[in-house]
Amino acid sequence: MYQYDKYDQMMVDQRVAQFRDQTRRYLAGELTEDQFRPLRLANGLYIQIHAPMLRIAVPYGLMSSRQVRKVADIARRYDKGFVHFTTRTNFQLNWPKLEDVPDILAELATVQMHAIQTSGNDIRNTTTDQFAGINAEEIEDPRPWAEIIRQWSTFHPEFAYLPRKFKIAIIGSETDRAATKLHDIGLHLVKNHDGEIGFEVLVGGGLGRTPIIGEQIRPFLEKEDLLSYLEAILRVYNRLGRRDNKFKARIKITVREHGINHIRELVEAEWVQIRDKLRLDQKEIDRVKAFFTEPDYDSNAADDTSFEAKLAEDEMFARWFKQNTFEHKIPGYRAVYVSLKKHGQAPGDITSEQLEVVADLADEFSFGEIRSTHTQNLVLADVKQADLYELWQRLQAEGLATANINTLTDIICCPGLDYCGLANATSIPLSKQIADRFDDMDYLYDLGDIKIKFSGCMNGCAHQSVGHIGILGVDKKGEEWYQFTLGGSSEADAAIGERLGKAIPKEEVVDTVSHLIDAYVDLRHEDESFLATVRRVGVDPFKERVYADN
Amino acid sequence: MQIIKDREIVEDNWLHLDDEAALVAGNITVSLARWQEQHETLEHHEGGLGLRLSGDDPLEEIVPDLARFSMIVLLFPVFTDGRCYSYAKLLRERYGFKGEIRAQGDVLQDQLFYMSQCGINSFELANPNRLTNALSAFDDFTESYQATVLRPEPLYRRR
Repeated sequence: MYQYDKYDQMMVDQRVAQFRDQTRRYLAGELTEDQFRPLRLANGLYIQIHAPMLRIAVPYGLMSSRQVRKVADIARRYDKGFVHFTTRTNFQLNWPKLEDVPDILAELATVQMHAIQTSGNDIRNTTTDQFAGINAEEIEDPRPWAEIIRQWSTFHPEFAYLPRKFKIAIIGSETDRAATKLHDIGLHLVKNHDGEIGFEVLVGGGLGRTPIIGEQIRPFLEKEDLLSYLEAILRVYNRLGRRDNKFKARIKITVREHGINHIRELVEAEWVQIRDKLRLDQKEIDRVKAFFTEPDYDSNAADDTSFEAKLAEDEMFARWFKQNTFEHKIPGYRAVYVSLKKHGQAPGDITSEQLEVVADLADEFSFGEIRSTHTQNLVLADVKQADLYELWQRLQAEGLATANINTLTDIICCPGLDYCGLANATSIPLSKQIADRFDDMDYLYDLGDIKIKFSGCMNGCAHQSVGHIGILGVDKKGEEWYQFTLGGSSEADAAIGERLGKAIPKEEVVDTVSHLIDAYVDLRHEDESFLATVRRVGVDPFKERVYADN
Repeated sequence: MQIIKDREIVEDNWLHLDDEAALVAGNITVSLARWQEQHETLEHHEGGLGLRLSGDDPLEEIVPDLARFSMIVLLFPVFTDGRCYSYAKLLRERYGFKGEIRAQGDVLQDQLFYMSQCGINSFELANPNRLTNALSAFDDFTESYQATVLRPEPLYRRR
């Protein structure tokens, strides 16, 4: 993975010093709350109901075991001994003290980590596919490009005060595990007719109050032009994006109001002017790519026979293998999900002790690297099949082997009313209740791939509008109600879910999920997925089932 | 009033003329509206002439007139309005403006580094009592990853 040189290190160290001084001035009354807010947000610090919340960046979801141990240590010493992973592969501390934050950032800087631009109206962490670099269908590894974007977007002087936040996601294969069509910019590495690899560029996707699927602005961009094209889009947006209404300030609204064709004309006209000057040097591309070479794989890994024997003799292991591991481009290797969705636990949460175990397991079995995913789980990406049984046993001992990846209980969930100052309604306790209701693993496997996404307010941090089942908490005269949507997707077939009907009271949320699932079981054709069934029959049959009693 | 110019605290010798105020000799700045209405008179102004622009004004339309101005004042009505960062960069890099570019309005210490990298070289701070403290902000970072007005080559070419 990428290693800082003296310049990268100096940049994060100077950032810590800058924020330490800003915090000191705020606490001394030299900066007002309004003046301090954007400064702390640009360092990931929110002021929440109970305590500040600090969001720490995991650039493109990649961490070393050393970094994970430091995170565990920080969570223990400065917080309550656990962290929460987010849908943008970052993680959050929910209870740090404001005056400790400069020290926390200084500790993070010692392991090449930071909280730069994890909030605020700036360019956020670039995210990617958790299987980048190991996936057989990949056209090219997107991580070097994500790192090149990270450097370009870090402290970009022109784009620190955008109309609104700006998120970029990049993938290198057709399967979209990074929700690229729901980002301000989505980048797809593609091959053109001449066999050259470049980027398809999408713009104007986004969730929140007005969910919109991104549109193609350029079918093919030469790789060397990546930064100039991004800069052109950002400049057009910085000048044109609405600043009068924060709910209309995202680039998705700019694109909708002006039309993709007009935006394309503006971007291309800007791009022509800066293209030559900002063209990436091959030397720089090679420098960054050199950090993402293949690890020292065992070419005999597939010769192992113990693994097949274990699969045959241990049904629990076989289930976990089927559900929680993913094929690897190297024969004899698998990528392994560390499930942060144990039933009865807040989705995406992990304790310091568990983090330390994961770091040890990464060192022993996966070249010392850990990845975080859009679905709020972790991945050990390079595990030999001969090691899977032992790894499974040790994950199981820590409650990290729940074999529910991509099932109904692999719920994406925001912190909700219990933790977040923005939320209108509870989300985590209800997610736990849903998981408790569906605790029969055989039934879960029979139901197959069902993505529930559960947000506690319109800001939609859990991306509910693209859930196969989306659940949105709303406030009605001081009471918590829940709006369901069906049929959304964040993948290559991206779609915004359709409203099921009127909002549902809190005590009926779990029953409503049951009704939806019962309806699906009745309606499905053999092997038909939940999403395919909803798309075939529409929302009405589900609606009838849910609202039948009323 | 004191301002920061080229990283030094100096006495300001410019007058920002309201649209209603009578023309006076010496260094003055005018709004875009006044420039458009009275440009024939203003062409012959004795003393420095500056133009005040906000992010609402059409930058490209004044490009043919740029040579007439020794200063462009960019207005930041609130410090979170980042449009004029792009204006400053375009004025320097695309339109070759060599005169003074000044930030006016809600200009705070913590924005000076980014503003200076975009080509703004003088600053009327919202709080003129903190100018000495604010000077340190230009050195918040000793490098930038990007090609900026102050460092026209991106960092990777210096690595």
